[in-house]
Amino acid sequence: MNEGQIRQVIIDILERIAPDEDLSELDDAVPFREQMELDSMDFLDIVMELRKQYRIQIPEEDYEHLVTMNSTVTYLTPLLKDVESPA
Amino acid sequence: MERDTIIIGAGLSGLAAGIRLAYYDREVTVLERHTTIGGLNSFYRLRNRNYDVGLHAVTNYAPHGTKTGPLSKLLRQLRMRWDDFNLSPQKGSAVAFQGRKLRFNNDFAFLEQEIASTFPAQIDNFRKLVDVIAEHDPLRLDRKEASARAVLGSHISDPLLIDMLLCPLMFYGSATPRDMDFSQFVIMFRSIFLEGFGRPLEGIRKILKNLVKRFKSLGGELRLRAGVKSIHVTGNRATAVELDSGEVIEAKNIVSSAGSYETLKLCGSRPDEIDMRRFQPGDISFCETLFTLNRTPAELGINETVLFYNDTPEFHYENPADPVDLRSGIICSPNNFEYDRPMDEGMVRITALANSDYWFNLPQDKYEEQKAYWCDEIVRSALGYIPDFRDAVVDTDMFTPRTIRKFTGHVNGCVYGAPNKLVDGRTHLHNLFLCGTDQGFLGIIGSMLSGITIANYHLLK
Ligand SMILES: Cc1cc2nc3c(=O)[nH]c(=O)nc-3n(C[C@H](O)[C@H](O)[C@H](O)COP(=O)(O)OP(=O)(O)OC[C@H]3O[C@@H](n4cnc5c(N)ncnc54)[C@H](O)[C@@H]3O)c2cc1C
Repeated sequence: MNEGQIRQVIIDILERIAPDEDLSELDDAVPFREQMELDSMDFLDIVMELRKQYRIQIPEEDYEHLVTMNSTVTYLTPLLKDVESPA
Repeated sequence: MERDTIIIGAGLSGLAAGIRLAYYDREVTVLERHTTIGGLNSFYRLRNRNYDVGLHAVTNYAPHGTKTGPLSKLLRQLRMRWDDFNLSPQKGSAVAFQGRKLRFNNDFAFLEQEIASTFPAQIDNFRKLVDVIAEHDPLRLDRKEASARAVLGSHISDPLLIDMLLCPLMFYGSATPRDMDFSQFVIMFRSIFLEGFGRPLEGIRKILKNLVKRFKSLGGELRLRAGVKSIHVTGNRATAVELDSGEVIEAKNIVSSAGSYETLKLCGSRPDEIDMRRFQPGDISFCETLFTLNRTPAELGINETVLFYNDTPEFHYENPADPVDLRSGIICSPNNFEYDRPMDEGMVRITALANSDYWFNLPQDKYEEQKAYWCDEIVRSALGYIPDFRDAVVDTDMFTPRTIRKFTGHVNGCVYGAPNKLVDGRTHLHNLFLCGTDQGFLGIIGSMLSGITIANYHLLK
């Protein structure tokens, strides 16, 4: 997957976590926590969704990379580069 | 065939735990003894009318679009939409004690105003208390116990105001008599005074049916009329459950919402093997009377959504010596929420503390007679606070601690479970966990969060 496809994967996950949320205005440089009020339970869910769908394990000390969309995509790019895009 | 997880009980906590596990592809089975789902907050049909067992009001109200707080957290975790619960906010509730009244609604500033005008000398103290509440984190799984009365007393100097604040919080969520743990007080204060009440027009059916739909669509298995007779134990592990029918189902993990003492009994553990104080059952239970009316409560002059009343100098929240405690109670009018369209019929429900042993030990013929007698007495006590609605009654039902025990299996017909909460959900067995009331989060929203928390913390991490 390329960066654009990885971004879409994250958007899909956020849509499932918060189906009432409008994500079209999401700013990729601003922390999710601030824009969507995600808490630690929700971050754990993002990690679990990635594990469920792509069998990738994210160790707890790496959660800090999942702050904004930009940092998340950067972190996931090497992990997902050989994985097929779902779409 | 071995299941990944078996959940005992299709109440709100068991169903919520089931959804989390099924979402992450666990093979999960929910086993329920009763013929229907819901447990302490179920529904039934009687003489062609729909009734809710427990629902007065869903606490932790939040309007559509809210991003923080327990309700939005819950919906995210279950991947459900706000519309799946579709809560309408309350019109307004009150606490009435011997001629004094404090009104509250879903706007906290209104309660502050009420306190400022009814207890002017206490408003600054009350604000300090609210600051303490705001800073307290009651959800830490390693929380310490403290007396709510002691904390309240260190800020508020009028014992009447202390009792009036405690009354709704105890009635809607205290497993302990007379006092409550401060963390539990904070949870209830936020869920009732800071967040408030809502209700789906269709009652608890709306929430339960959507939970089951969600659970099944994720591949979860729900079996009704499937009571667990015992849990098989080898060493410090649970290996299987045995149903009332004799069928044995093996599982890697078991989550029980049956209650802590009740679950221990299913394991057949000898008391000397276990620290029994941790598993002591509670003894707070209620009688509830339900009246269908040929007019709306508002047409009869009953305007509050929920009215908590007490007519003695001190509020007594405990297992009463009398069959029913007529000194205090809760009057709930399910019509008094801001729905888009009106409910089909008017309804009033009145709840009062009851003595479980009395109701358990009555012979069947006396039971019906005593129900009728105490139903009238409960109404008489409530009439000190609302207009007489008896001429408008077209149907009546009543349940007692005996009914609660029969349909939920909770010993003592206990509604809020054991006084000692096992907050981390652990038991004496490595792979047996508790969720629901005895884990410590209770009420409709609380019990669902309990199921979610235990599934996340012990089974999904
Ligand atoms: C009269 C009343 C009014 C209430 N009003 C409100 C309200 O207005 N607002 C609010 O928020 N909360 C209210 N509550 C509280 C709320 O209903 C409970 O806190 C909540 O439903 C508890 O859910 P739970 O999953 O923990 O337990 P339960 O609902 O008790 O779930 C346990 C389930 O396990 C099943 N079970 C037990 N033993 C076995 C076994 N051996 N095998 C198989 N199944 C078994 C039981 O049948 C039950 O279905 C009320 C409760 C009552 C009784």
